[in-house]
Amino acid sequence: MNDQSRSAGTAQPLLTVSGVTLQYKTPNHIVTATYRVDFDVHAGDRFILLGPSGCGKSTLLKAVGGYLAPTEGQIRLKGQLIREPGPDRMMVFQEFDQLLPWKTVLQNVVFALESSGRRKGKEARDRAMHYIDKVNLTKFADSYPHTLSGGMKQRVAIARGMAMEPDILLMDEPFAALDALTRRKMQDELLALWADTKFTVLFVTHSIPEAIKIGNRILLLSPHPGQVKAELNGGAKDAAFAALEKRIQQMLFADEIEEAENV
Amino acid sequence: MSETSLASPIGAERPEILIDRAAATSMPVVERPLSAAEWIYDQTWLRKAAILIALALAWEAYGRYLNNELLFPTFTATARAFWDGVVSGVIPARAWTSFKVLIAGYAIGILIAAILTTLAIASRIGTDFLEVLTSMFNPLPAIALLPLALIWFGLGSGSIIFVLVHSVTWAVALNTHSGFLAVSKTLKMVGRNYGLRGLRYVGSILIPAAFPSILTGLKIGWAFAWRTLIAAELVFGVSSGSGGLGWFIFENKNQLDIPTVFAGLLTVILIGLFVENFVFRTIENRTIAQWGMQS
Repeated sequence: MNDQSRSAGTAQPLLTVSGVTLQYKTPNHIVTATYRVDFDVHAGDRFILLGPSGCGKSTLLKAVGGYLAPTEGQIRLKGQLIREPGPDRMMVFQEFDQLLPWKTVLQNVVFALESSGRRKGKEARDRAMHYIDKVNLTKFADSYPHTLSGGMKQRVAIARGMAMEPDILLMDEPFAALDALTRRKMQDELLALWADTKFTVLFVTHSIPEAIKIGNRILLLSPHPGQVKAELNGGAKDAAFAALEKRIQQMLFADEIEEAENV
Repeated sequence: MSETSLASPIGAERPEILIDRAAATSMPVVERPLSAAEWIYDQTWLRKAAILIALALAWEAYGRYLNNELLFPTFTATARAFWDGVVSGVIPARAWTSFKVLIAGYAIGILIAAILTTLAIASRIGTDFLEVLTSMFNPLPAIALLPLALIWFGLGSGSIIFVLVHSVTWAVALNTHSGFLAVSKTLKMVGRNYGLRGLRYVGSILIPAAFPSILTGLKIGWAFAWRTLIAAELVFGVSSGSGGLGWFIFENKNQLDIPTVFAGLLTVILIGLFVENFVFRTIENRTIAQWGMQS
C-alpha cells in the first residue's frame, strides 16, 4: 500500500520519513514512542498526525523538528538529513508560554527573523508587521504577551512561524488548550491563511473532527508504540465528514471495542 | 446508553425561564470613584511613611525617657549628628569610600558567578562543579575569611574586596543557576528553533527568561555584600588614610560620640533603603513587572 501511494505522488516529496523508530529514556525505562513509521509530505500539504495519546505523534513531530534523533530510519527534508533544530522547520507549540515574555508581539516576530538571520532591520520589521496583520493582531503589535488571551498568543505564534517562511510549519496541538469556540475560529483562520499562502504544515492532533477539517491528508497512528495504521484523505464535508469521522473512530478504537465486548 | 437517563431528575418537564433585562430597574452601583480616605490608604508609600514616623516618635519618646545620650541618644540628637556629618562632608566621603569598595567587590562577584553558571549550563561536569562549590562555600560566612584574606592581601581594600566577592558570588550563582533550570522547556525549544547556540542562546533566551531569579540573586548578593563590608570595616579600615562607614562607626564609638554612631548606622540603613527601593525597584518595574513575569 505504501509503494502504491508513493508512486501515485508525481512530484518529489518535501519531507520523507522512512522507517523511523523513536525511543526516549525515562529514569527507569527506555520507551519506544514510534516503531518504523513511514510517510511523505508534499509541498502545500496540510498533513495531520492523528492518534490517541501515547501514539508518539508529538515525539514524531519533535523528531522532524530535530530535537530528537531517530534510533532507526531517516527523516529527510528536501533530501537533506535532519540533524538539529533549525529555522527551516518552525514549531508552533501547544503551550501559551512559547512567546518570549520580555518582548512585545512585534519584537517576538522580529527577533525570530533577526536571530535566525532570515531578515534584518527594516525588512524584518515590515515582514513581521505583514504577518501580524494577517492574523489580525495589528492593534496589539506593541503589547506584551501576558496581556493577550490564549487564542491571541497562539495567533502570534502562528504569525511568527509563518513570517519565517519555513519549508514546513510544525504544529503540535496548537489549539488543544483553547476553549471550544476559540478553537473553531482558529481552525477557520488557519485554513484561510493556508488558502492565502499555501504553506506546508505538519499538524499533530488527537481530535478526529479537527483532523478532518484541517487536513488534506491524515496519518492514523496506533498507540504503544506508535505505528502507522492508515493514511487517508481529509477535507470531507457534510455527510462525507460524518462518514469519515465514523470510519476513523472505528479504525482507532476497533481494538478497544473488541476488548470491551469480550468482557 | 438509554435516552431516559438524561431526562429531568424530577420526571416532569420544567418550564424555561427568560428574563427581560430592560425592564429591570434598581441595581447596586456598578462603578464609583474611591473616597479620599480609601485612596490614601491604598498608597503603599503613604502607609510605609506613617510607619516610619511612628517608629521615629517611639524612638524619640524612649530616648527622652531614658535621658542617657551614651546609651541611647534621641532621634533628634541622631538627626542633628547626621546633618552635621553630611554638611561637614565627613559622612558622604566615608560612604563614598565604602561604596567604591562595594561596587568593585559586587562587580567581580557577579562576573565570577556569570562564568560559573555559564559553565554549569554548558556541561554536566560544570553543573556538578558549581553545585559542589556553592554547597561548600554558601554556608561559610564571608567575614570568617577575613583573617585569611588579611594574610593573603594585606591590610587594604584588597582583603575587603576578597570577602565581598565571596559573599556575592555564591548567592548570585545559586539563584541564577536555579533560574536557568526553571526556564520552561518550550522556551528552550523555541530558542533552539531559531538556530541560537552557545553564548547567544544564553544571552538572548536563558538570561531574560531566568531574570526574576537572577534579580533575586542580585538583591540577596547586594545585601550580603553591604553587611559584609560594614562588618569588615569595623575590624579595620584605616588603611588608606580614611576608612569607610564601618570605620566611621567604630571610630566614634571609641570617642563615645554615640549620636554620631547612630548617625553612621542611619546612613547604612538609608543607603540600603535607597538601593532596594529605587535602584532595584526601578529595574524590576522596567523588566519583570512589565513582562508579567513577577511571581
